[in-house]
Amino acid sequence: MSVQEKVRIPARRSPRTKAVLSEGKRQERRLGWLLCAPAAIVMVAVTAYPIIYSVWLSLQRYDLKFPDQKEFVGLANYATVLSNGYWWSAFGVTALITVISVTAELVLGMGLALIMHKTVVGRGLVRTSALIPYGIVTVVAAFSWRYAWTPGTGYLANLVTPDGAPLTERAGALAIIVLAEIWKTTPFMALLLMAGLALVPDDLLKAASMDGASWWQRFTKVMLPVMKPAVLVALLFRTLDAFRVFDNIYVLTAGANETSSVSMIAYNNLMKGLNLGIGSTMSVLIFLTVAIIAFIFVKLFGTAAPGSDDGTRR
Amino acid sequence: MGAKFRWGVLDAVVVVFALIPVLWIVSLSFKTTATLTDGNFIPREWTWENYRTIFQTDQFVRALVNSIGIALISTLIAVVLGTMAAYAISRLDFPGKKALVGVSLLIAMFPQVSLVSPLFDIERNTGLFDTWPGLILPYITFALPLAIYTLSAFFKQIPWDLEKAAKMDGATQGEAFRKVIAPLAAPGVFTTAILVFIFCWNDFLFAISLTSTERSRTVPVALSFFTGASQFEDPTGAISAAAVVITIPIILFVLFFQRRIVAGLTSGAVKG
Amino acid sequence: MADIVLDKVSKKYPDGTVAVHDVDLEIADGEFIILVGPSGCGKSTTLNMIAGLEDISSGELRIGGERVNDRAPKDRDIAMVFQSYALYPNMTVRENMAFPLRLAKMDRKVVDEKVGEAARVLELTDYLDRRPANLSGGQRQRVAMGRAIVRSPKAFLMDEPLSNLDAKLRVQMRTQVSRLQKQLGTTTVYVTHDQTEAMTLGDRVVVMRGGYIQQVGDPQTLYDQPRNLFVAGFIGSPAMNFLPAEAEESLLRTPLGDLPLTDRLRASLARTGPAGGARQLIVGVRPEHFEDAALVEDSQRPKGFEFTAPVDLVESMGSDKYVYFTVEGQRASAADLEDLAADAGGADLPPQDSLVTRLSAESRVRGGADAKVWMNLDKLHLFDPSDGRNITLTEDKPGAHAD
Repeated sequence: MSVQEKVRIPARRSPRTKAVLSEGKRQERRLGWLLCAPAAIVMVAVTAYPIIYSVWLSLQRYDLKFPDQKEFVGLANYATVLSNGYWWSAFGVTALITVISVTAELVLGMGLALIMHKTVVGRGLVRTSALIPYGIVTVVAAFSWRYAWTPGTGYLANLVTPDGAPLTERAGALAIIVLAEIWKTTPFMALLLMAGLALVPDDLLKAASMDGASWWQRFTKVMLPVMKPAVLVALLFRTLDAFRVFDNIYVLTAGANETSSVSMIAYNNLMKGLNLGIGSTMSVLIFLTVAIIAFIFVKLFGTAAPGSDDGTRR
Repeated sequence: MGAKFRWGVLDAVVVVFALIPVLWIVSLSFKTTATLTDGNFIPREWTWENYRTIFQTDQFVRALVNSIGIALISTLIAVVLGTMAAYAISRLDFPGKKALVGVSLLIAMFPQVSLVSPLFDIERNTGLFDTWPGLILPYITFALPLAIYTLSAFFKQIPWDLEKAAKMDGATQGEAFRKVIAPLAAPGVFTTAILVFIFCWNDFLFAISLTSTERSRTVPVALSFFTGASQFEDPTGAISAAAVVITIPIILFVLFFQRRIVAGLTSGAVKG
Repeated sequence: MADIVLDKVSKKYPDGTVAVHDVDLEIADGEFIILVGPSGCGKSTTLNMIAGLEDISSGELRIGGERVNDRAPKDRDIAMVFQSYALYPNMTVRENMAFPLRLAKMDRKVVDEKVGEAARVLELTDYLDRRPANLSGGQRQRVAMGRAIVRSPKAFLMDEPLSNLDAKLRVQMRTQVSRLQKQLGTTTVYVTHDQTEAMTLGDRVVVMRGGYIQQVGDPQTLYDQPRNLFVAGFIGSPAMNFLPAEAEESLLRTPLGDLPLTDRLRASLARTGPAGGARQLIVGVRPEHFEDAALVEDSQRPKGFEFTAPVDLVESMGSDKYVYFTVEGQRASAADLEDLAADAGGADLPPQDSLVTRLSAESRVRGGADAKVWMNLDKLHLFDPSDGRNITLTEDKPGAHAD
C-alpha cells in the first residue's frame, strides 16, 4: 500500500498546473530553477555549444597549418573520413576492443560481484582491493602494463613471451590493451552488478532452493531476471565508456601498428595533423555512433535510463 | 570449513589480480637504474633515487601542483553545483526537471573525444587554452552528471516526510534544507566529492589536448612526456615513481572510505 | 486553537484526475475529527491540503476564520504527526521537540521549559538525549506527538500516526492520543484507514470514498444509520452482511427465505420507489442482529425471522461466538460493494456467500451441522443496488447525499 502511494506521488506532483499556485508552490518552483540553473548552464555551455560548433567546423576545410584556406566544403570532410582506411581500421579496433572487453567484464564482473556480495571471509579486503583498479589513474595502470610487457624490463614479457615484443605487433598489442581495459573496469562493472544483486531478495533464493532449484538455476532463473535492469544499465554505460578508449592505447602503443581507436585517431588528427575540419568530422561521427549505441540499448533491451522515472529515484 | 576455504581462495585471486599491476609499478619505482631492466618482480636493490629525481624536476612538481589544484577546484565547484541541482531534482517540483535529468544523462554518455576538437579551437580563441580554467570547465561538466546522480540517490534516501515535517514545524524551504536535509546529506556529499575528485584526477584526454606547457599540464600528461632527468636516462624509474605518487591519494581514499565509495557508486550509477 | 472550515475544497491534478471533490466540512474548535476511508479515497490529500503541503485547486480553507489557501505551511500554525514519524535522525529527542520552537526564534529558556513539559506529559523525560534510532516504535511515536504539542498550535493533523505500531501498542497509544487530545482541547484532524481507530477516537467521523465525503457523523450514528452501502460495509467489524433481495407485495425474497415486510420496511419502500411490481434490493444485517433461535426470548421472537442454515465455522470469542453460515444463491452486487471488496485491508468484509453472525456465548451451534437462527427484522437495512442508498433511513436530511 505505502509503496504504491510512494510511487504515485511523483506522477501526481507533475508541474504544469494552470491553477493559481500558492505562495509555497511558486517559491518551490523558483527555488528549483535557481538551484539547477548553474549546473544546467555549465553543462549545456560546455557540451552543447561545442558539439554544434563542431558540426559547423566539420563542414569546413579548416587546417590550422593553412588557416587562410578555410572555406565551406559541405560534406566533403565526411566523404574523406568515411572513405579512409585508417578511420575504418580504427573503427574496427574500437568495436573489437569494446565487444571483447565488455563481454569479459560482464562475465568477470558478475563473478566478482558474487564474490563481493557473498564472501564470508575478508569482505572488506576484497572490496578495498577491487576498488583500486577503479580508482587508479588509467595512465598509471597503462604504464604498469606497458613495462610489464616490455621485453627485458617486464616480468610478464619475460614469463609469457620471452622471444617477442607483444606491444610491437598488432594482435599482441590489442590483447594487452583489452587486458588493461578489463583490469581497470571490471571492478566498476562488478559494483554496478552488486547493486543489482542486492535487489534480489534472500527469501526468493531460499524459496527457489526449497523448490529444488540448483545453484545454476537459481542464478539464471531467479537472480538474473531480477537483476536485468541493473545488468543492462551497467552494460550500456560500460559499452559507451569502452568505445571512448584512449588513455590505455596512448600509453601502450600510441596507436602504432594500427592499434588506434577512433578517439586516438581523432586526437592524432587534431594534434599532429592540426586539421580541425577533419577532426570535427570525426567528433561528430563518434558522437553519432555513441548515440546509435545508446539508442539501440534503450530500444532493443528496454534499458531504463537512470532518471527516466520522472527524475525521482525510488 | 570447506566453503570458507573456497571463498578464501577466490578472495585471494581477486586481491592478487587487483594488486599486481600496482605492486609492479611500486616495485619499478624502487629499482635502481642498474636493475631496472632485470625483469624481476621484486627489486634486487632498493633505492629512493627515483623519487628524489622527480621531486627535483620542475616538470613533475609543477604538474603535481596543477593536478591537485585543478582537481580540487573542479571537485569543489562540481559538488556545490551538483548538490544544488540534486536537491532540486530529488525534492522539488518544477518544470524542466526532466530536461535537466535528461541532459545530465546524455553528458554522462557523451564521448569526450567529440569535444576535444571544438574545445581546442574555442579555448584557443578565448585564451582559455593551456590554463587551469580551460581544464576545470570540462571537468566540471563531465563530473556534474556523476555528482547529480550520486547525490540525488543519497538525497532520496532521506525520508521525504522529514522535509514536510520541517515545513510543518515552521521552516521555510531554505531552512528545511539547511537544518534538516544538509546534515543528513553531508555523508553523501562527501562521498560524491571523493568520486568526483577521482574522476578529475584520472583524466587524460582533456589534459593532453587542452594543455601545451607546464603551466597547466597535469601529472598523467606530464608522465607521458617524461624523458628522465637527462636526455640519455631511461625515464622508466622516474615515470614509475611519479605514477606511484599520484596513486597514493587514490589508495588512501580507497582504504579509508571503501564503504562510502561502494555505496556512492552503486547508488549513483544504478538505481534498481 | 481554532475551527477549520473546508468550503467546497477540491484537488485536481494536472493530468485531470480529481482526488478530492468539493469537500464541505466544518470542524469545530477543539473537535477530534477522523477522516477514514480506503486508500486512494482522498483523505490524505485532504489532510495535506489543510496542512498546506498540497495546493488547493478550488474552494476555500479557513482556519480560525481566516482564509489560508495561499499560506505556506509554516504560516498556518498547525502541527502534523506523520505516519513515519519523520523524526530528524541527526537530532536528539530534545532537539527534535525543540526544533519548531527554535525555528520560531523562541527564547532558549522558554524552549527548554516547553520541551521539558511536553516530555513529562509524554513520559519521555528519560530519553531526551537519545537519538530516534535508539528508541522503540512507541517512543518514537511519542516524540512525534511531542514535537507537535510543544508549540501549542491551532490544530493537530495526524496522518495515520499509529499504523506503524504493533497491534497491542496501537491500542495503548490510541487511548493515550485520545486522552491527550481531550486534555489539550486542540482541534485535531486524524486520518486513518482503520475503522476501529475511527470509531474509538473521534468525536465525529468523516467517511470518504473516491474523493467524496460519504457521510459525516458521530461513530454511533454511522454505525446505526449508515447512509449507503459503502458506509454500512466499511464501518463495523465483522462487517455487515449483505444479501440480494427482491421485494414483492408483502414479502422480501432473500437467499435466507422469504421475509415478511414489516410496516417500517413497507413504508420505506413506498417512500422511495414506485408501488407494486418486483423491486431489486440489497438487505443489510449486522452480525449482532442474529441470535441462536433457541436462546431468543419469546417476547422478542415475533419481531424477527427464523431460518435454518448449515454452519460453516464457529469462532468462539469467549464473550460471544462468531458463527459463519453458508448461504446458497446469488451474491449481492453493487458498485459500493465492489469498492469495499477491493479494499480488503480497510473493511473486514466476509466472503460474500457466507453469513457472519454474532451469537451468544451460550449458543450450542456446531460446525458442520444445521442451526436454526433468528434474525431481528427491526434492525434490517434495505439498500438500493443502483446507487447504494439506504432506503430504510428515515431521518435522511434532504440534499445531504454525497453524490
